[in-house]
Amino acid sequence: MSAGPPAQTAQDDDPGDRPSGNQSTATPVKYEEVSKRYPGTDSDAVHELSLEVPAGEICVLVGPSGCGKTTAMRMVNRTVEMTSGDILIGDRSVRQGDAAELRREIGYVIQQIGLFPHRTIAENIGTVPGLLGWSRAEIEQRVEALLKLIDLNPEFGDRYPSQLSGGQQQRVGVARALAVDPPVMLMDEPFGAIDPINRSRLQNEFLRLQAELRKTVLFVTHDVDEAIKMGDRIAILRKGGEVAQFATPTELLMEPADDFVEDFVGADRALKRLALMRVSDASLWKAQICRAGDPTGPVRTDLASAEVPHALLVDAESKPVGWLSERDLAAEQVPARPDSPADPLIDADSILRDGLATLLQSGSRYAPVVDGRGHLTGILSVEIISEFLSSGEATESDLAAVERPHE
Amino acid sequence: MGLPLGALGLFGEAFQFVFQGREAATGGVTVGGLDQVLELAAKQLEVTLLALLVSLVLALPVGVLLGHYGKGEFVAVSAGNAGRAIPELALIALMAAAVGVGLFNLVVALAILGIPPILTNAFVGIRQVDQVSVEAARGMGMTDREIITKVELPLAVPTIMGGVRTSAINIIATATIAPLAGILTLGDFIISRNVYGDAGVLAGAILVALMALALELTLAGIQWKLTSPGLKIQRT
Amino acid sequence: MSSWVADGWLADGWLAGAAVSSDFFRDRSGGGCIQENKLFCPDWAINNLDRYSDPTLQHLVLVVSAVAAGFVIAFSLAVLAHRHRFLSSPFLAATGVLYTIPSISFFFLLLPITGRGAVTAIIALTAFTLQIIFRNMTTGLRNVPPEVTEAARGVGLTATQVLWKVEIPLAMPEIIAGLRIATVSTVALATLAVFANGGGLGAEIVTGSNITFKTGIIIAGSIAILMAIVFDALLLLTGRLLAPWKRVAL
Repeated sequence: MSAGPPAQTAQDDDPGDRPSGNQSTATPVKYEEVSKRYPGTDSDAVHELSLEVPAGEICVLVGPSGCGKTTAMRMVNRTVEMTSGDILIGDRSVRQGDAAELRREIGYVIQQIGLFPHRTIAENIGTVPGLLGWSRAEIEQRVEALLKLIDLNPEFGDRYPSQLSGGQQQRVGVARALAVDPPVMLMDEPFGAIDPINRSRLQNEFLRLQAELRKTVLFVTHDVDEAIKMGDRIAILRKGGEVAQFATPTELLMEPADDFVEDFVGADRALKRLALMRVSDASLWKAQICRAGDPTGPVRTDLASAEVPHALLVDAESKPVGWLSERDLAAEQVPARPDSPADPLIDADSILRDGLATLLQSGSRYAPVVDGRGHLTGILSVEIISEFLSSGEATESDLAAVERPHE
Repeated sequence: MGLPLGALGLFGEAFQFVFQGREAATGGVTVGGLDQVLELAAKQLEVTLLALLVSLVLALPVGVLLGHYGKGEFVAVSAGNAGRAIPELALIALMAAAVGVGLFNLVVALAILGIPPILTNAFVGIRQVDQVSVEAARGMGMTDREIITKVELPLAVPTIMGGVRTSAINIIATATIAPLAGILTLGDFIISRNVYGDAGVLAGAILVALMALALELTLAGIQWKLTSPGLKIQRT
Repeated sequence: MSSWVADGWLADGWLAGAAVSSDFFRDRSGGGCIQENKLFCPDWAINNLDRYSDPTLQHLVLVVSAVAAGFVIAFSLAVLAHRHRFLSSPFLAATGVLYTIPSISFFFLLLPITGRGAVTAIIALTAFTLQIIFRNMTTGLRNVPPEVTEAARGVGLTATQVLWKVEIPLAMPEIIAGLRIATVSTVALATLAVFANGGGLGAEIVTGSNITFKTGIIIAGSIAILMAIVFDALLLLTGRLLAPWKRVAL
């Protein structure tokens, strides 16, 4: 089966299942009593696993080491062959046909990234299109589009992996997996080797991509926080590859099925709910804003009744510049350079947990929230978060109404 | 067994030997000269390249396949060790005495010396390829053949070429004693001292050294060409 | 070189000794086997083994001298290159040239300087071993984990102490590996010393070759191979003694 690049298939009348462009429809993945026993062992690594991942969702397989989560995932592209049972992608069994051909239709991202050091970034991304026999022009076009998608300068196409940072390499790894727009993606601890700050950024980035692409994703991690953040559904596996609970993150936090799940999720379940909401979804405070050269009189008057006891200076594009001190306000006009900078800034797309972490780290009680272009959207404060945790917003019934972050 | 007249003197005679020829040590005829030098050099190059080609054809696929499937490590590695222990002189002499003289037998004997380094290095080079790259390639749907040609071979170029270079040096050095097997190479100037004299011996030694260095440089250049820029960047 | 080279059986003139003497096939020869010049005549071999003791000893001296000299020089170069990184490339290039020049050619490049004889052979063989030992040793030194040298410096060792007490012992497996390769190759290469009047087992091989006497070639060649195996095993053992924490690979 050969896939065409988006530009071609856009005009293609063939309604077949070739993955292409943004029109490829995601496909559900269904495990049917799948078991795997490795030779020389006397118990199953995965035992009669049944699971249905709806099309277009991220399903996280999470569990302690040795629970068979990676084995379970790798049986989908047959890098591990199952012993019994079946896995269906759409209505086609993965057992049908050639394993290599199957793998070309499934995106695959691994923890160590595995970019080919001898190939340029463009060649890396174009690997699977090349295997499928796309023309050079088609590959070039696709690579360009993907570099754009992962927000990497097209110049990077000619560089080699060793010239990129770890985070950039991981993004290229994701782009490479997306090259032929596969309906299903397997991600094996994809952000496990990245430092915490970049990991959170890459996670957000991937969720943004996924909101657009709507792939069916199987995502393996051992980190329950990552599972809660990334998953539409989470399958918690226990030793022997049995599902302890298969549920949405909210259900998992509210109603752990048994002691094992409760233990695994951790005692800080309440705090983990902070991962279920984005900063932009919280009811942010309004800042008392002003611009350089404004008369200070009205600002002082308004401050008296404001939620935030300090005025925030923004520039012409409403990007935060800094907080005004008493001394700044004592002048006639608002100065261009206030005493304290606006740091830290919080990304509106980040989850509440990360927002709180940023606040606590900086030692401030509140911080400006900015959107992707840096424009001010509100103020996040410790109070907002503690209210969220204690109020009914965090109860089960209300959370059911709160949609998943990556909408 | 008189010692040379003086360093420069003998070097001068060697030059004369190469470019004009000199009277044979036995007297009478003129030996050496550019024509003979070129003829013998061409022969040395011919047997060297032939033997290297045979070694490559026989050893490279075997080493690469063993390395790819991770089998036969003992054989592949022992071959390299055993190969080093073979006395070149004994091999050529025995081949000539037991099987007979001639180009074919000589090339076979030289190839026997050339195979072990290529086999071992091909095996080791492929085995040393980062398994993450191989896993990624397999996961993306590459067949074994594609994994070998698109991932393992390009990444193993430095190690494999290291083996080819060792092999080439062994072969061209041993081709110098090919006259023992009835094929006249530049080594004839060295071995048949009673004909060519000390000037011929020194000329032969210089020519063989230059030829070996030229071959080594050429192979190093080929290796540089074959190595992906991505790997060169990594090394610095 | 010390005086033992100049006098005694290491002096010039071995090629003459390698010529077929009239008593080559004494009555203790293998009779029919010899007449038919079969591939190998065990009887002759058994009766004439004493013939190979001198060449074997000479061969041994060639190998041990060359490898010992090569080791001392390459070791010093490696230590220098380890201290001053910029020396590494020129040393590698220079030893590379010496490695590439075929030994037999090297013998005669030395002809105007050292003439013929064992010294010439030893110099050429030494030149050949340098790159192998140097390269392995620098790799070994470079592979010493930085945290180990860091810790050693941290507990107060000087740079010299770190080198001798930490880095060189830890690089020992690679150093021994280089020595093994160099030694085994030199045993084989030393057969060529006969062309430089350097004696050794090569003399017997050339003799055998001149009269197409296969048994003689096989015996001399086999002794060389056996010598290589014994050296290899001895060095392997030495490696295990010097680096007991690491099994040196066969």
